[in-house]
Parts: sequence; C-alpha cells; structure tokens
Amino acid sequence: MSGTLNLLVALAMGLNLLALASSRLPSVINAAACQGMVLGVLPLLLGAESHWLVWLVAAGTVGVKGFVIPGLLRRALRAASIDREVQPLLGYVPSLLVGAGAMIGAVVLGGILPLRPEDAGSLLVPASFATIVSGFLLLIGRTKAIVQVCGYLILENGIYLFGLLLIRATPLIVEAGILLDLTVAVFVIGIIVDRIQREFDTLDTRKLNVLRE
Amino acid sequence: MDLALIFVPLAGAAAAFGWPVNRTRPWLMPVVGAVHAGLALAVLLHPPAAVAGAWLGCDALARAVLPMVSWLFLACACYGVPYLQLRAERDNRVFVGVFLAILGLISLALMAQHLGLLWVAAEAATLATVPLLHYSGTARAFEATWKYLLVGGTGIALSLLGSFCLGYASLHGGGSGDLTFAGLAAQGAGLTRPWVLAAWVLLLTGYGTKMGLAPMHTWKPDAYGEAPGIVGALLAGGMTTMGFVALLRVRQVVDAAGAGAATTHTLLALGLFSMVVAALFLLRTTDYKRMLAYSSIEHMGILSVGAALGGAGVWAALFHVWTNGLTKGALFLSAGNIRRAAGARTQADVAGMMLLTPVSARMFVAGLFAVTALPPFGPFFSELRIVRAGLEAGRGWTVAVFLGALLIAFFGLTRLVFAIVDGRPHAAARATGERYRETASIIAPPLILLAASLWLGLATPAVLREAWTASVNLLLPAP
Repeated sequence: MSGTLNLLVALAMGLNLLALASSRLPSVINAAACQGMVLGVLPLLLGAESHWLVWLVAAGTVGVKGFVIPGLLRRALRAASIDREVQPLLGYVPSLLVGAGAMIGAVVLGGILPLRPEDAGSLLVPASFATIVSGFLLLIGRTKAIVQVCGYLILENGIYLFGLLLIRATPLIVEAGILLDLTVAVFVIGIIVDRIQREFDTLDTRKLNVLRE
Repeated sequence: MDLALIFVPLAGAAAAFGWPVNRTRPWLMPVVGAVHAGLALAVLLHPPAAVAGAWLGCDALARAVLPMVSWLFLACACYGVPYLQLRAERDNRVFVGVFLAILGLISLALMAQHLGLLWVAAEAATLATVPLLHYSGTARAFEATWKYLLVGGTGIALSLLGSFCLGYASLHGGGSGDLTFAGLAAQGAGLTRPWVLAAWVLLLTGYGTKMGLAPMHTWKPDAYGEAPGIVGALLAGGMTTMGFVALLRVRQVVDAAGAGAATTHTLLALGLFSMVVAALFLLRTTDYKRMLAYSSIEHMGILSVGAALGGAGVWAALFHVWTNGLTKGALFLSAGNIRRAAGARTQADVAGMMLLTPVSARMFVAGLFAVTALPPFGPFFSELRIVRAGLEAGRGWTVAVFLGALLIAFFGLTRLVFAIVDGRPHAAARATGERYRETASIIAPPLILLAASLWLGLATPAVLREAWTASVNLLLPAP
C-alpha cells in the first residue's frame, strides 16, 4: 500500500519538473491536470475503510482538477488566440535547477521535522514542500496569466498533499481544500470573461502596470 | 440569536439574487443591514451563553468587534441605495447579492471557533469581494481585481497550509483532532513546537495579507483605488477586522503552546514595518483614494503593534478597531462623493472641491484630522492608549518609531487632502459637479460615521469597555 502511495507521490513530484521545464502553454496545463488527477486518487489509498465521503472527495478532486479547470484553461487559450509560448521571466534551466534544489531541500527538511511514526516512511511531506515551491516559481517566474493560474493550481496541489496527513483525523478540513479550488475557478472565470484580453489586448501580465506609485 | 447574524444576511443575499426589479433591489441592503445591526446590538447587550466545544459562537472577542462591522455595514448600505441609483443603467443583482453575502461571511468568520471553519469563511469572503472590485468595469478595475486575486489567493493558500500545520502539531502531540481554538489552547505545551512555529509564520503571512500588513499589502492600494467607495469602506472596516480577529485567535493558541515571545516580536516588527512603509508611500501618492489605502495599511500596523503590547495593548487595539473602522467609513464615503463630482482622482486633476462639494469636502478634512489622531476624535484616544501601553511595557524605541511614522503620515495626508480641497475647481470638474450635486442621502451616512467616531472617543460606552476587557481576559488568561 505504502509502496503504491509513494510511487504516485513521486510521480506528482516529477510532474512539477515537467511543468517548470515546459515552454508551451498546453503542456503546462497538461502537467497540472495530470498532477491533480494523481492527487485525487491518493485519499483512496490512505483511507483504508471505504467511507463514502472519501470517495466523494476523490471523485470531486479528480473531476475538478483533472477535467473542469484544465478544460476552462484550454478554452481560454483558444478564445484568446494568443501565441503558445510561455515567455518566462526566469529561464527554463534556472527554473528546473531551483525546482530540483527545492526537491532535495524538501527531502532534507522532511527528515528534520518531527513526524508521526506512521508518516515517517511516506514521501508526502517532502513532496508537499517541493510542489509548493514549484507552484511559487511558476507564479512568479512566468508572465502569461494562464501559466500563473497553473502555478497557483500546483501550489494548491502541494497544500492538498500536506492536508492528506490529516485526512484520517479530520476529513472535513480536506473538503475545505475543495473550496480552494473555487478560487482557481474564479481566477479562470476572470480570464474567460477575458476583459483583460479585451481591455489590454494581451494576456501578458507585464502589461498590467497602470496602477503603481 | 448568533446564528441569525449569519443567516439573515445570507438569506438577504439569496433574496437579492432572486429579486426581479433592478430599481428596488438596492433597498434590500439597508433593510437587512438594519436587522443585522439590531441583532448585533442585542448580542452586545445580552451576551449569549457560551457552549463548550462548539464550532461557532458569539464569544467575547466576536462581541467586541462584530457590532462595529454591522453598524458600518448599515451606513454603507444606506449610502449604497443612492449610489446604485446613480448607476441605474447597470444590473446590480450581483453587486447587492454579494455585498449582503459578505456581511454574513464576515459574521461567520468573526464567530468561528474552529480553525477550519474560520478559514472557509475567510476564503469565501475573499472570493465574494471579486465582483465588487470590478463593478466599475474599467481596464484599471480589472487590473486591480487580477492583482487582488493573485495576492489574496496566495495569502489564503498560505493560511490553509498554516492551518494544516497547526492541526498536525496537535495530532503529533497526541491530540484527538479537535481543532477548535479552545481545544488547541487546552493542549498547550503538548503541541509540537516546530510545527506550531511553522503554523504561526504561515498564518501570520496568510491572514496578514487579508489585513494588509506590509509587505503583503500590495493588493490594497489597487483594490481600494478602483473599487466603489462603499466597497472600500467595507473592506477597510470589515475584511481587515476579520483578518485581525483571525490572527488574535491563532495567537492565543500559539501563546498557549509556549511561543509567546515569537508572536510578540513578529507582530511588533510587522506592525512597525507596515507603519513606516505606509507613511513613506503617503508622502508620495497623488491619488486620494489610494491614499486611503496607505492610511489603512498604517492603521493595520497600529493594530498589530497594539496586539503585541500585552493586555493593555490588546484592549487599545480593539478600541482602535472601532475608531479606525468608523472613521475610515466616513473617509471612503466622502471620498466617493468628491470623486464623482470631480470626475478625477489625482492631485493634478482635482482642486477646489470645497466649492463644488462643500459638505463632503469638509467631512473629508474632518475625517483627515480624525484619522491622523487629532483630538477630540476617537483614533486619538485609542492610539494614546497604545502609546501608553508601549511605555508601560518599557518599549521606548517602539513608541518612538510609532510616533515618528504617525508624524510622517500626518504630513503626507494633509499635503494631499488640502491640495484637492483648496484652490479653484478645474473647468471639466465644474460640469461634472453640476451633474452630481450633493444630496442628503449621500451626506448623511458619512456624517453619522464621523459623529460616531467622535462620540466613541469622548464617551466610550461602558458596555463596549466591558466587551473589550472580556476579550483581553479570553485571549490573555492570567498565568
């Protein structure tokens, strides 16, 4: 059981690097979507008893993170007919290096922090930290609004991974994580409505610079 | 009764979404606001009995701030009716619905006794604000909304991670998974220390973003600058109060876990930093709506410093929540009047508003004196108490920086306010000033808020003093 779990968590970590290295918008969206689906399955492996609430959370997560949000992002991409380059502020290779460094740091940090005996063997804590850092890198290091939304999705995936540690004690708080998905949904709708595109004639957030001192 | 404080506004919001007539819909806001204000008064005068272990309850801390939010909301709602009538061509269904929902969600967050419930309420209130921010529909408003979502969303995510860390601290320390604040505080030193410290840093960043403490303040000038006046007033008085109360509740747990020195130092440092940053930006800004945002950042710094100065400081900070919230309400609403009549909002384009909008301009100047802590307005008395608490705690340097920042902010604020109030109106403004004459319905709400700020300072009601004292006893139990 724990072997399968760690395999999936490691897969999620690998997808971070894929998202950081991609130069094309669709592949960043795909990486975030795959990661969301992998995470959605995890509660089923953790909760030994098949409680209906666990199934509901899993199905909801896979549906929202794997299909609904990526679908909206792809639609926004078509509607805006923008070029598909990611246009990084921070280059791909430096992003990858920082991402890989964060992964190593996260494993070290996971070893230092006190964990419950049953969590000590799992990769959840390191994967959570590494994913959060990757999300931040995409949020800060890219200029396209859609990639920033993907970065936010990945950041949130990292927090979700951490939340899995608490799932057996307090399953309800994980549902709160679903509410966080709504944030992303609102983000996306903000793009779909796409007034930014119409008003500024671009989705490049560097152009959003009217408001400043 | 405490549940009604949440469900009445939410029911009002549902009614607003179903209401068919655009012209009469805004009246739902003052009606619901009046019911809520009455309920808040009842809760203040007759405290409901606390239920041990409940996830929701109107405890001393909720009672100490909730009436302020409720009464500020009522004033904004009354102003909202003529405001939305001026915008009669635009559909106000979403605006009214969301505006009412925010009152319910802030009430929920203030009364939440559970870490997760608090987060859900704060998250929902943050999201609900989005349609209000881009109500004016300009490119600038969408830019501000995008920045609000990006910064606010990240803050919300960090506070969720912090909540998880605090939950894990409890589980690792042998807790049963009880995430109510009372339950966590009772576990005390049993909480695992590294996780508690991580949780404090993340929650301070997360809820500090909600409050608008520097350096997490960047969304604030944009959002307050672009949003309509009533939205700015509700954000500056209600949403920030929610963030502050969240921090006070979390801090109670972290202190109980034996990390009181860390919370005191971080609150003090962030508070002073916010004050200095805001004061410096106040010297430069030329937009009088963005100016109010920087002033709000400064006052959040004051709250944070107050919270770090022991029982007397927390008492003064709760007092300041009231005086600042009501004064800011008056400032935002009168700034809205000036903005409409002037048709512009920078020092270069606006002058002579004393001639075009005589009452609003005078209220704006009076509000300026109030917010810069000149007697006899409320903020003077609350800030005086914070200074006294600082001196009693032996923090001379803190008080020195505090007073220095206030002085610089005073220069910055007076410079800009008198520049737009004095002089001769621009030609373009004369035309718009003709169109948007001052009426009693847009003058009365800010005037009442200003009067309330004055009254709070001169004659603080005993029932409020008792509520603040009870909150201090709740948050900082005598060892």
